[in-house]
Amino acid sequence: MPEQTPHPDSVAQKRTIQVGALARVEGEGSLTLRLRDGQVEEVQLRIFEAPRYFEAFLRGRHLEEVPDITARICGICPVAYQMSSCHALERLVGIEVSGPLRDLRRLLYCGEWIESHTLHIYFLHAPDFLGYESALAMAQDRPEYAKLLRNALQLKKAGNAVISLLGGRAIHPINVRVGGFYQVPSRKELIQLGEQLKAVHEFARQTVRWAASLDFPPVEHDYEFVALRHQTEYPMNEGRLVSNRGLDIAMSAFPDHFEEYQVPYSNASQCRRKASGGQESPGAYQVGPLARWNLNWDRVPASVRQAAVETGITWPCRNPYMSIVARSLEVLYAVEEALRIIAGYELPDRSVVPYQPRAGHGAWITEAPRGILYHRYETDASGIIRQATIIPPTSQNQLQMEQDLLRIAPGLANLPEAEAALQAEKVIRNYDPCISCATHFLKLRVEGR
Amino acid sequence: MTSRKPRLGVFKFASCDGCQLTVLDCEDELLDLAERVDIAYFLEAIRRPLEGEFDIALVEGSIYTPEQEEHIRDIRRRSRFLITLGACAAHGGIQALRNFTQPDEYPRVVYALPQYVESLANSRPASAYVPVDLELQGCPISKQQLLRVLAQILLGSKPHVPNHALCLDCKRRNLVCVLVAQGKPCLGPVTTTGCGVLCPSYDRGCYSCFGPAYQPNTESLARWFGRLGLASAEIQRMFHAYYSQAPGFKEEGQRHA
Repeated sequence: MPEQTPHPDSVAQKRTIQVGALARVEGEGSLTLRLRDGQVEEVQLRIFEAPRYFEAFLRGRHLEEVPDITARICGICPVAYQMSSCHALERLVGIEVSGPLRDLRRLLYCGEWIESHTLHIYFLHAPDFLGYESALAMAQDRPEYAKLLRNALQLKKAGNAVISLLGGRAIHPINVRVGGFYQVPSRKELIQLGEQLKAVHEFARQTVRWAASLDFPPVEHDYEFVALRHQTEYPMNEGRLVSNRGLDIAMSAFPDHFEEYQVPYSNASQCRRKASGGQESPGAYQVGPLARWNLNWDRVPASVRQAAVETGITWPCRNPYMSIVARSLEVLYAVEEALRIIAGYELPDRSVVPYQPRAGHGAWITEAPRGILYHRYETDASGIIRQATIIPPTSQNQLQMEQDLLRIAPGLANLPEAEAALQAEKVIRNYDPCISCATHFLKLRVEGR
Repeated sequence: MTSRKPRLGVFKFASCDGCQLTVLDCEDELLDLAERVDIAYFLEAIRRPLEGEFDIALVEGSIYTPEQEEHIRDIRRRSRFLITLGACAAHGGIQALRNFTQPDEYPRVVYALPQYVESLANSRPASAYVPVDLELQGCPISKQQLLRVLAQILLGSKPHVPNHALCLDCKRRNLVCVLVAQGKPCLGPVTTTGCGVLCPSYDRGCYSCFGPAYQPNTESLARWFGRLGLASAEIQRMFHAYYSQAPGFKEEGQRHA
């Protein structure tokens, strides 16, 4: 599938490690590492996923249509796209969604974190630690794995049940709109949903212990972690954008501190931090569960913090392989947060906050399962989209993934081909990359930068 | 089929991954399914190279790059029964909105350096390149329809997917008509069944993420929309969304430029 770029030259001891098609990631990408005399010459994470040009065809659509359309960017995290779209457009029209409607949105996001993270933990990531080609192979090999995966599927199903009740269906929900929802659930429906979540609560706790018991390569890197931070809550839909290196900005200032650029070998633009000096890899930063947890673990209830302490891992953690533990802690948090919201739910007096379209622009960031997701829109007075910018988490992590590969590359030089390729793939899967997301857009006014 | 387990492959083209995720969303059935069929290729879930032939190929996504054109032909050669999953594979998907524009328009909007990006001028269905045995509609597909069709094939019967209008399902469920009673534009009268009547049961009109029903009377419905006060551009956007290239919807949208 991916063509091999010709080698530039000749005499030195050269070696190319190629992963033609990355498995157990969402979307299609390949990986090339070029070594010469044991030194890395080049790393390319190439995305050959077809571009779909969302930012282009959003132009001319009405703002009411946007959450339905942007959901289609990603089948694994459609709620994230709907949340970033709705919040950016609500900013634009000048409304704020509060009270029970705000809580329901948070509940919806809990559902997505549960299903998306559980899919990654057990089906995409676990086989790397346990030495299998897939979770299905694990289940067929050992009865205890089959049991584990049946439980994992029920946990994932509970997450999907949250999205299905609030959104109408698990993939591309139909009930989310600018200003709120088309219809809100009754207390009774939420209480039934709560029963399903209670039934998987203990397994979510077990998942944290199980994830922490895996064997991790003993590596640590000096990352810049970037995530939202809210005054009191673990961040989902609101907060300031912060990092462990002193970044602390309003989310609307994102374009002042981050920039997109293109690389010739990929259909996805990458995003990097502007002017961040004095670090190992200029411009690279990490978003996602590990970043979020490291920056916000004082914002979870004592029960979840206790589970984190019991893992024996020192937080903040800079071992990228341990992202699976951060993911499991977020699943546990999402289950408990969902139960908390359900217990306190009062039926709102309306399902949507009314608004009038107006000419203007609005930007927002929410925390998708894989990290911060930036949306910005401009509309005319009748609510027609004039411009759209969408920067998904995977294009933000892409430079960091390449940097991580550069670090391990010298150690791969003497490994057999298949083993070297596997080790490189594992580095990528730590990030749970969603290549479908990363490809389809990326708009850019590069001139002027 | 022979006594060996049938080989199943899941293949991705230009798409959001949502339809193939539907396979992994079969939480109660997945492990049993994996006992009955050999899931021999499924890049999103299994780290295994593409090799051999397939009894059943599930194809997600539209054909949108030169590589994909080759790839779909290869999959067809390897497969006995080829089923496409969803709006993208059946009619080009939402990304086929680009088919109405000049080839260089979208790349220039989205990419600073469009020459780095490879795509064909039009997003097209698998059936534009190879014979397709069955198309499952939807954005995304229905899990129940997928499981039913797989069961029918495994039992050796001819798979069947109903294509009556969603409107009938609504009546069967005794839902109050959102179009007639509430004056909300609804594409239910021209949209094929499959979603389980989602939008009307959530108090909104259908926006047709399952595409045209059998013999859709789009012209009559568009007149209804006009009487409700929808402008031409709004009517066009309704027909030109997730199934903009499907026969009936394409022409109706073009009538309201």
